[in-house]
Amino acid sequence: MTKSELIQHLAEMNPHLYQRDVERIVSTIFDEITEALSRGDRVELRGFGAFSVKRRGPRVGRNPRTGAAVEVGEKFIPFFKAGKELRERINN
Amino acid sequence: MAGNTVTRAQLSEAVYQEVGLSRHESAQLVESVLGRIADALTDGESVKISSFGSFSVRQKGQRIGRNPKTGSEVPILPRKVLVFRASHVLKNRINELLGRGGGGDLIDEGEG
Repeated sequence: MTKSELIQHLAEMNPHLYQRDVERIVSTIFDEITEALSRGDRVELRGFGAFSVKRRGPRVGRNPRTGAAVEVGEKFIPFFKAGKELRERINN
Repeated sequence: MAGNTVTRAQLSEAVYQEVGLSRHESAQLVESVLGRIADALTDGESVKISSFGSFSVRQKGQRIGRNPKTGSEVPILPRKVLVFRASHVLKNRINELLGRGGGGDLIDEGEG
């Protein structure tokens, strides 16, 4: 399922809404999560899962082709952990 | 990290501010979005949200684990796990903002 299929489905379930409003609703949700993570906040959606940001410290990596050592700076990685309810649903 | 937690309440509020719906309906729509994603994943379908990331279900085989307390071997049964892959857009956005200043002081800079 893609974002546009998700929008399509919600539009069908909510015939009283304009398609462009459904698009804005879906985009707002993901934009809001993105902004929260960009502030370093956690996003916790009970039953669904939690998004957080993990810090990876600077390290010395290697160019796999030449073997030369390269400094890799500090990095922030978005992380998602499925909620208990969703994890159980997926397995049943 | 900054330590604030965003929940459904803030997502609903953002939808409420953005579209002229009632708070109640805004909250219901947030629920519908999450519900639809969960349904697709439960059916084993992947969910791709452009410029955000993709969720997919991966099948894991049986493997031997250990009880870390006792050291005894326990079989870990085959199961399905949900994996999220962040898009480059999301990763870049997070690093753009958190990269300078290391996270903790960024709470007030979020709108940037």
